[in-house]
Amino acid sequence: MWSYALRRVLMTIPTLLLVITVCYLMLHATPGGPFDTERKVSAAVMANLQAKYHLDLPLWQQYLLYLKSLLQGDLGASFRYADWSVNELVGNALPVSLAIGGGALLLSVVIGVALGIIAALRQNSLIDYFVMLVGNLGSAFPSFVIGPVLILLFAIWLSVLPAGGWNDFDPRYMVLPIALLTFINVSTIGRVMRGSLIEVLNSNFIRTARAKGLPLRTIVFRHALKPALMPVVSVLGPLAISSITSAVVTESVFSLPGLGKLIINGASNRDYTLVLGLVVLVTVFAVILNLLVDLAYAYLDPKIRY
Amino acid sequence: MLFRSKQKAVAEAMAANLSMAAVEGRSPWADARERFLRNKAAVVSLILLSLVVLACVFGPMLLPHSYEDTDWDAMAMAPTWHNLHLFGTDDLGRDLLVRTLIGGRISLMVGLMATIASVTIGIVWGATAGFLGGKVDTVMMRIVDMMYAVPYLLIAILMVTLLGREFYLVVLTITVFSWMDMARVVRGQTLSVKSKEFVEAARAIGVSTGSIIFRHVVPNLLGIVVIYTTVTVPGVILTESVLSFLGLGVQEPMTSWGVLIEDGTGVMETTPWMLLFPAAMLSLTLYCANYIGDGMRDALDPKDR
Repeated sequence: MWSYALRRVLMTIPTLLLVITVCYLMLHATPGGPFDTERKVSAAVMANLQAKYHLDLPLWQQYLLYLKSLLQGDLGASFRYADWSVNELVGNALPVSLAIGGGALLLSVVIGVALGIIAALRQNSLIDYFVMLVGNLGSAFPSFVIGPVLILLFAIWLSVLPAGGWNDFDPRYMVLPIALLTFINVSTIGRVMRGSLIEVLNSNFIRTARAKGLPLRTIVFRHALKPALMPVVSVLGPLAISSITSAVVTESVFSLPGLGKLIINGASNRDYTLVLGLVVLVTVFAVILNLLVDLAYAYLDPKIRY
Repeated sequence: MLFRSKQKAVAEAMAANLSMAAVEGRSPWADARERFLRNKAAVVSLILLSLVVLACVFGPMLLPHSYEDTDWDAMAMAPTWHNLHLFGTDDLGRDLLVRTLIGGRISLMVGLMATIASVTIGIVWGATAGFLGGKVDTVMMRIVDMMYAVPYLLIAILMVTLLGREFYLVVLTITVFSWMDMARVVRGQTLSVKSKEFVEAARAIGVSTGSIIFRHVVPNLLGIVVIYTTVTVPGVILTESVLSFLGLGVQEPMTSWGVLIEDGTGVMETTPWMLLFPAAMLSLTLYCANYIGDGMRDALDPKDR
């Protein structure tokens, strides 16, 4: 187990290096520098600027310097937001994204697992059809279609909730974004949970438990739940990564000042350091999440022993 | 003697049976087609999707409007028979039906091209890794694992920001992040095919590794390739729409479903049809593509026979 964990941790390093290197090179391969403005700057000023940001050094030295500052947790200065470092911008945006994304993930695990259990126990009942319907809708209707429809419904036609924006963790502004992300996640988790529980309930050890005359509650919660949760754990990793992706869309739909909004603004302003820093940060996030899920899986499943 | 003749009769009956079976024999593809046609949801989806594709290809030629011309008599008009603005017009007076169909062309084209490209890469990658095995396999699959760990949308945003928003660059960006599923599946299938006798026979008579992979192994992967191609299409179309929705897809006055939905979102308070029609078209396409994928899987998956 420990040697597997160690190997798995070491495996993340090439992934991170690859992403950082490719993004860095792509950034440098594009024509135009960060200080190309309408107004020509004098050569001396330009040289000073270049020296300050180490742009006069050969590429490999710049790259090593960037890696070094990354290791120190410094993502550099923003090109467009004067006087802001990327770290400060991220520091402001991260809590918003975490509150929305984390809240939604937590909520959707609870709701998804609960719905999946009920649907599996009462196959072809109303709630089963509901879970399947949610699953279908979630896979066919992208978040940027459901989001605006939610706004149209609750903010414009019923006017009970704000259409978007952010007011210092005011829960009223968090309801719709969290609801949207939760809906999308529940569509996956509910389906997976339902399928795996049905499979487990048909297996021999459950039949034994039934034959012993155990009550349904004990069978489900004592015996069936644990193995049935394994597939749910394994989809959590991809799901967490795709919540980062859907965060970009959600924050754009509801104009939330989170990481997703930041990266879109950075991309349209061509703020290279900001975009690069965010990509690096989110990749580290995603890689760590994947790592945790894999380790949890190895820990939970007695059949997997490395 | 009696025993012998009885045996003969049985043998003849069996032979008759065999030749009968040969006459009635069907290829696995005919079998699969019949199974697919029995799946009502998949057939209905196929018909609807074909209608969407036909409308997008031929619709703009048949309708009297162009996707970029303004109708000064009908600015931000709700759906109406007047001047045949069946989906209404946008706030610049451009016919929404034609724009939706033209946008559909772009979305479907991107979907088609990125799918073909990523399927090709996936087949070559997976078949090579699976067939060669050993260290090559380990390295190639490790690369696939790495690609999975990357939050693709952010890198796609970075790529589109840096490279530009040309049509083929959008296709390239999407392709880079959608070939891994295919590679994995093809590798798995290759592993099982490569231990079959006919591959051994080919190797015994001295066929080169390259020809074995592409002449003998790849054709036997077709079933699984078809299944995963139909699964790839909606994913690719969705990615294109997300990029367009975020303002990183094709540029004005060209349009795609994602762009139209984004435009519609901004003005949904006053002109909700600008959001609802493109969103409905995109969702219909994705919904149908998903059902066709399910139908294909049920029809072609060897496990369920």
